[in-house]
Amino acid sequence: MDVFGSFALLLAFVCAVYAFIGGIAAIRTRHPLLVKSTRQAGLATCGLIFLATLSLEYLFFSDNFSVAYVVAHSNRSLSPFYKVAALWAGQEGSLLFWSFLLAVYVFSALIAYRNKNGELMPYVGVVLAGVQIFFLTLNNFVASPFKALGVPGVNGAMDLVARGDGNGLNPLLQYPEMVIHPPNLYSGYTGFTIPFAFALGALLARYPGEKWIHLTRKWTMIAWGFQTAGILLGAHWAYAVLGWGGYWAWDPVENASLLPWLTGTAFLHSVMMQEKRGMMKVWNVWLVFCTFLLCILGTFLTRSGVVSSVHAFASSNIGNWFVGFIAIILLVCLTAYFKNRDYLKSENQLDSIVSRESSFLFNNLILLVSCVAVLSGTLFPVFSEWFTGDRISVGTPFFNKVNIPIGLLLLFLTGVGPLLAWRKTSLDSLKRNFGWPLLMGLVAGAIAFPLGVRGFYSLICLILCVFVASTITMEFYRGAKVIRARSGASFLASAVDLTMRNTRRYGGYIVHMGMVLIFIGIAGTAFNKDIQKEMQIDSSMQIGPYSLLLQNFDTKQEKNYTAERMIIEVTRDNKPVMMLYPERRIFPANQASGTMVAIYSTLKQDLYVVYAGQSPDTQAPVIHVYLNPLVKCIWFGGVVVVLGTLVALLPNRRAVLVLAAVQEPTRVKSMAGTLTPSPTLREGHD
Amino acid sequence: MQKRAKFGIGIGVIVISLGFLAWMGYGESKTYYHTIAELQTLQGASLSHRMRVGGTVEPGSIRRLSGRVDFVLQGEGKSLPVSYVGSEPLPDTFVDKSQALVEGRPAADGRFVAEHVQAKCASKYEAAPGGTPTPAGGEARTSTM
Repeated sequence: MDVFGSFALLLAFVCAVYAFIGGIAAIRTRHPLLVKSTRQAGLATCGLIFLATLSLEYLFFSDNFSVAYVVAHSNRSLSPFYKVAALWAGQEGSLLFWSFLLAVYVFSALIAYRNKNGELMPYVGVVLAGVQIFFLTLNNFVASPFKALGVPGVNGAMDLVARGDGNGLNPLLQYPEMVIHPPNLYSGYTGFTIPFAFALGALLARYPGEKWIHLTRKWTMIAWGFQTAGILLGAHWAYAVLGWGGYWAWDPVENASLLPWLTGTAFLHSVMMQEKRGMMKVWNVWLVFCTFLLCILGTFLTRSGVVSSVHAFASSNIGNWFVGFIAIILLVCLTAYFKNRDYLKSENQLDSIVSRESSFLFNNLILLVSCVAVLSGTLFPVFSEWFTGDRISVGTPFFNKVNIPIGLLLLFLTGVGPLLAWRKTSLDSLKRNFGWPLLMGLVAGAIAFPLGVRGFYSLICLILCVFVASTITMEFYRGAKVIRARSGASFLASAVDLTMRNTRRYGGYIVHMGMVLIFIGIAGTAFNKDIQKEMQIDSSMQIGPYSLLLQNFDTKQEKNYTAERMIIEVTRDNKPVMMLYPERRIFPANQASGTMVAIYSTLKQDLYVVYAGQSPDTQAPVIHVYLNPLVKCIWFGGVVVVLGTLVALLPNRRAVLVLAAVQEPTRVKSMAGTLTPSPTLREGHD
Repeated sequence: MQKRAKFGIGIGVIVISLGFLAWMGYGESKTYYHTIAELQTLQGASLSHRMRVGGTVEPGSIRRLSGRVDFVLQGEGKSLPVSYVGSEPLPDTFVDKSQALVEGRPAADGRFVAEHVQAKCASKYEAAPGGTPTPAGGEARTSTM
C-alpha cells in the first residue's frame, strides 16, 4: 500500500505539471480539446491525491509498522479515532493533508464551473495547478510520508525493517479537538487558494467587470468560516489541554493562523466597495494576494520552526522550499499587477468621511495595521538578527498593547459601519440609528462601574459590546416589524423570514453578534484569578464562591496510559456542585506525560483546576486553580460566528409578491415561478 | 481637497497612536536571545536586558528548594547555573537532559534568575500539526496571558 500511495502521488505530480503546462498552451492556442484535457488533468491530480491520502490512512489502520511515518505517529493500542488524526500528526502527513484539502477545493471548483466562465477558467486552472505542483513536489521529493523504515546496515546501506509496534501519538494530540482543529484550520489555509486563483486569473485574463468577486464570495466565506473555527478550536485546545489557564499566548504558530484571518476579514468587507461602487480594485486584488501569501507563510512558520529557534526541527530543510515558493508567488503577482494595472482603475471616489465607504476604509486600515503589527512581532527575532546581529523577541505586552485598542476600534466600526449609508450619511439618520444604542451602552457602563468594572479597556469594551448588540437587535427588530405588520406571523418567525430574504446581510449581522460575544469573553480576562497550593487529603481551599475539598489522590491504569489524579469535591455555599478529576497521564509508549485539566464551566465563569505534580519536599499533590470569568462566551460566540457564516452562504429566499389578501393561493403559487425581481420588488421587503 | 485632508488626518492619528503603543510594548517586552557562551562575554548595560537562554539540563543538577528550583544549563561546552523563581509549576517535560529555554535576567553573582522555563524532551517529538501552538512540539509553557 505504501508503494501504491507513493506511485499515486508521483502520478498526481505528473498530471499537475501537465495541467499547468497544457493550461498555458490552451490559453495561447484556445484549442477546445486542449482546454478540456487540461481540466481533466486537474481533476485527475485531485483524484490521485485522494487515493494517496486514503492509502496512508489504510497503512495506519492496518498497523503497518514498516512505514516510518506510521511507526513515528501510531501504535497498536491507539484508538481508531486518533488513527485518523495521526495522518496530520507530523510534517510529512500534514503536507499531504494540505494537498488533500487543496485537492478537495480544486476538484469542487473545476466541477462547479466546468461549463461556465470559459474565458476565465483556463487561467484559474493554471494557477491552481501551479500551487498543487509546489505541494506535490514536497510530498514526492522532500517529505514523503511513504518512506519505508530503515536502519543503517553493515555495509553502510539502509536495511528495511518492520517494527512490532509504533511509537504512539503525541499525548498532547490525543484529545478530541485535535481531531477537528487541524482540518478546520487547514481548510481555511487551503481555501484561500480559490479566491487567490480567481483574482490572479482574472487579472491575467483581464476578465471584465466584477465577476470574479461574485464568483469567489462563497469560496472566501467558506475559507474564512473554517479559519475562524480553526483558530477558536486551537484556542480551546490550548485552554483545555496545556493547563496554563489561558487560550492565547501570541505564540508564533498561533499568530501565523491569525494573519490570513485578519487580511481575509478585511477582504470580505472591502469587496463590497468594489461590488457596489467599483472602488478599491487594486486594494482588493492585493488583499487576496496577501491573504494567500500569509497562508503559505503560516504553513511555513508552522513547519519550519524558523521563529522559535530552540524548537527548530533539525532534520528539516523544508523552509527553503517555502521561501522560494513565496518569492515566486510574489514575483508572479507583481508582474501580473504591473502588466495589467490599468484594468484595475477605480470608477468612483470617496464622498464623505461619514459614509459606509469610509467605515470600510477604516476597518481595512486597522485590520491591516493589526496584521502588520502581529507579523512584525512574530518575525522580529529573524529581522533583528539580520539587521543588528542580536536576536530579539517581543512578547505578550507588545501584542496586547497594539491589538487591544485595534480590537475596540473594530468593535466600534462593527456597530456603526453597517448602518451608515453609502456615499454620505445625514445627521438625522445618525441620530435615528445610533441614539438608543449609544444610550444603552452608556447606561450599561454606568451600571457596571460601581459593580467593579474599573479598567479603562474593560469599561470601554462593555459599553461598545452593548452598543453594537443594540444596533444589531434594532436592525432585526425594525425589519421583523415590517414583515409582521403584513404577514401577521409571530415576531420570531418574522425575524427568521427577514433573515432568509437577505441572508448575506442578516447572516453578516449574526457573525457580528458572535464577535461581540467573543469580545465579552476576552474582556473577562481582566478579572482572572488563580491560586496554587499544596493539598493534603481532606484539606480544602477557597477561590471566589467555590470551596474545593481534596477527597483522595490515586493512580489508575488505562489501556494506553497511567494516570495520577486528584479527586476533588467542589461546593458552593456548602451545597455540592460537582466532582472534578484533574489528572496527569503518563504514556509508556513514548515516555511522555500530558495534563488533563478539569473544568467546571458556567456562563459566568470557569473553575479551571490543574494537578500540578507532587511537591518535592512533602510528596503532597499540588493544585493550581484558576477562576476565569466569561470564557464560555468565547466558545459560544465562535459557534454563533460559524452559524452566521452558514446563514450568509444560503441563497436568498425568493421574495413572493403578495398582491392582496384576497389573492387565491393557487394563483399565487402558479405565479411564483414566473416572477422576476422588478424595480418595485425591493430586496428584503415583500 | 478638504475631504482628503480629513481622511489623511484620521488615518495619521490612528497609525501614529498605534505605532506609539507598539513602541511602548516593544520596550516593555523585548527579550534578547543569547547562548550560554555569549552570556559570559556580555558587559555593562546589555547585562540588564531581559533575555532568553537555551541549553540542555545537566543530569542530576535539578534541586528543588523552597520557593525556587536550581539547576544547571549546558551548551557549547559551557555551563550556567540557573535559579527558577517563577510561580508556575515547571513543565512535565523539564527533566534531566531535556532542552530548556529560560527567560529572565542574570544576577550579580553569576547565577541566572529565570521567571519562565520552557522545556522539551530531546528529540522525542516532531512538531505538532499546523496551527497548534508550539507547546504541542513537546514543550510546555509556564507563562500565562
